[in-house]
Amino acid sequence: MASTALNWTAIDADPRFQELHRRKSRFLWGLMAFSVVYYFLLPVGAAYFTDLFKVNVWGAINFGLVFALSQFVVAWGIAWYYARRASQFDALAEAIARDAQRIGASR
Amino acid sequence: MKTKQIVVSLGATILGLAASPAFAQAVSKDYRFLTFAVFGGIIAVTMWVTYVAAKRTKTAADFYAAGGGVSGLQNGWAIAGDYLSAASFLGIAGLISLYGYDGFMYSVGWLVAYITVLLVIAEPCRNIGKYTMGDILAFRNNPRTAKAFMAVSTITVSTFYLTAQMVGGGVLVKTLIGIDYEVSVGVVGVLMLAYVLFGGMVATTWVQIIKAILLVVASLVMVALVWGQYGFNFNGYLGAVVADPSIQAQVARLLGDAARNMTPAELGQRFLEPGLLFKSPIDQISLGMALVLGTAGLPHILMRFFTVPTAQQARKSVIWAMAIIGGFYVLTLFLGTGAAMKVGAPAITEIDRGGNMAAPLLAQYLGGGKDSLLGNLMLAFVAAVAFATIVAVVAGLVLAAASAMSHDIWVGVVKGDHATSDEELRAARICSLIVGVVAIAIGILARGQNVAHLVALAFAVAASANLPVILLTLYWKRCNTGGVVAGLVIGTLAAIGLVLISPNMTYPAPVRATQEKAIKAADERIAKLNAELPGLADPTAQERTKQAIAAAEKVKASADGAIKALGGATTSIVGLSEPLFPLRNPGLISIPLGFLAVLIGSLLYRDRRAEEMWEELYVRSNTGIGRAAAAAH
Repeated sequence: MASTALNWTAIDADPRFQELHRRKSRFLWGLMAFSVVYYFLLPVGAAYFTDLFKVNVWGAINFGLVFALSQFVVAWGIAWYYARRASQFDALAEAIARDAQRIGASR
Repeated sequence: MKTKQIVVSLGATILGLAASPAFAQAVSKDYRFLTFAVFGGIIAVTMWVTYVAAKRTKTAADFYAAGGGVSGLQNGWAIAGDYLSAASFLGIAGLISLYGYDGFMYSVGWLVAYITVLLVIAEPCRNIGKYTMGDILAFRNNPRTAKAFMAVSTITVSTFYLTAQMVGGGVLVKTLIGIDYEVSVGVVGVLMLAYVLFGGMVATTWVQIIKAILLVVASLVMVALVWGQYGFNFNGYLGAVVADPSIQAQVARLLGDAARNMTPAELGQRFLEPGLLFKSPIDQISLGMALVLGTAGLPHILMRFFTVPTAQQARKSVIWAMAIIGGFYVLTLFLGTGAAMKVGAPAITEIDRGGNMAAPLLAQYLGGGKDSLLGNLMLAFVAAVAFATIVAVVAGLVLAAASAMSHDIWVGVVKGDHATSDEELRAARICSLIVGVVAIAIGILARGQNVAHLVALAFAVAASANLPVILLTLYWKRCNTGGVVAGLVIGTLAAIGLVLISPNMTYPAPVRATQEKAIKAADERIAKLNAELPGLADPTAQERTKQAIAAAEKVKASADGAIKALGGATTSIVGLSEPLFPLRNPGLISIPLGFLAVLIGSLLYRDRRAEEMWEELYVRSNTGIGRAAAAAH
């Protein structure tokens, strides 16, 4: 393990790591907030917007059912979107990891 | 080949035990051999897996984390197998079969929970942790203190979950095939111990994968059969649901007086609208919070991320798990509504009031019904899948609790992190044996107790104590040992304390009043029917009246039993005559309290190590530096 040899403060301060931190934080917490809000619309809607949930959209299918099913699609969509963006973060992280020794030494 | 002999003889003993005669329930006696044959097949396969795994389990890393050699796809299936308990397989299908829309809405939170796991927990855990949640906290907080408190919380959460699984599993196996409760608990316990003890995480992982595949296959076959009748047309299928007389009758029963002016079509449509089950939206939101935040704090789920080699594989495993778990819940919509149409609520609740038998009975119907060989084969298969489900979930829980005991408490706290791999492996096995035996004992002692709320409590503690400390240790610079201790203690106590004073507890006075009313009503009915009896000339009418009297006597006897079960108690176990806290789910209050405790605790306490280690933790967590090399040995 190379942990003792690395200068973590220097890596943390490295502009590329700061860039990774900024982009990742904004993306993750934004997506997290969206998913939480979207999910809680379901119990809140079912309880307080019952009339809307009862509106028939197509045959026996009503808005409430469509909305509940959309929760699955949105959850999978979030997973897919995250996986796409995460590979960009991976590339950044990999570059930093590759240079980890050098960043510490150059200080 | 000592292990092989033990494993084989264990398998034989279990089959022998299970075959001991008792009374039959969902599976009729004539066809019980089918269930045992399918059970036997599953046990044989998992025992073989355990035998192979036992040979590969040589180090502590193998035992706790399968040596980090599980792929993302495999881990995704294993997470699904670890997570989809009998409560979700049988319970949610049952809720949908009885209450329609609300049951389906309930299933959504269990999937959405994985977004939290995916976005903020899985990858950092993989990069920072080693075998347990305690490892993650110990990275920057005081290792001994953090591990000791985290281990206690891990064991608490796992024990709640485990008790619910053991008792629920015992009842389910008993209801399905009619063997004694104690025998079912024993069989589940001994099997799970065999997997964990000999095969550690490798065997547990494969048992969970096998179970998840069986579960998905069984559900797919049933959905194909039930939906296929309507040409896989979603709208046509729901049209049939709405037009179904037994669903309309069930809605009329649920609504009571309110249904009087509704047309049959309106009653059927009502089944697809919210509000038949959940009456308290605040309670639903509180439960939703515990699910969405609690899953990411469940030790047996987080532990699965230590089994994959890289953060990328950890990510991949959550995405697979979300596909499998979500797909499965969509299938339960068809299983539930299918059972509501084809089996009907009265037949489902006759065997189990909570609706757990909806999916098994639907399987029997789809195969050709009660008296057909195929119908009973399908029922046997679903019963065996339910059994595998219980065992796989319990194995994951025991492994999580045992790891906290051996790795965190014994090695981390007692031995100050100085133990050889062999010593640690031995400790882990001894701890697994202890946890397993305790689980069996709790299962038998808690017979007849209402343990359904314990799963919700496990999620609430995980969300109120475990998640805040893990999340803030990983993402908040100022977090330290003081905050971790405060968060774990206050989060756990708040969740448990609020449940103790909630409507989940038994309050003798109202129970007694309801049951006495039931007895009085039954008495009146019996008197009335007895008065009618001599006047009836028609023998069939006489017979029907006699049956009605017998049914009323039965109601009376069960009400009597319920009153007797109260003993002389006049208050709940904490001495209350009525609930102080109105919600069944404490999350709404206890989760913010847990987070607040970590914030305040961290700000009041000064911990140099937590500050100094922050940069290392944050860099490692985001880049995987260090950990990637360690996994390769």
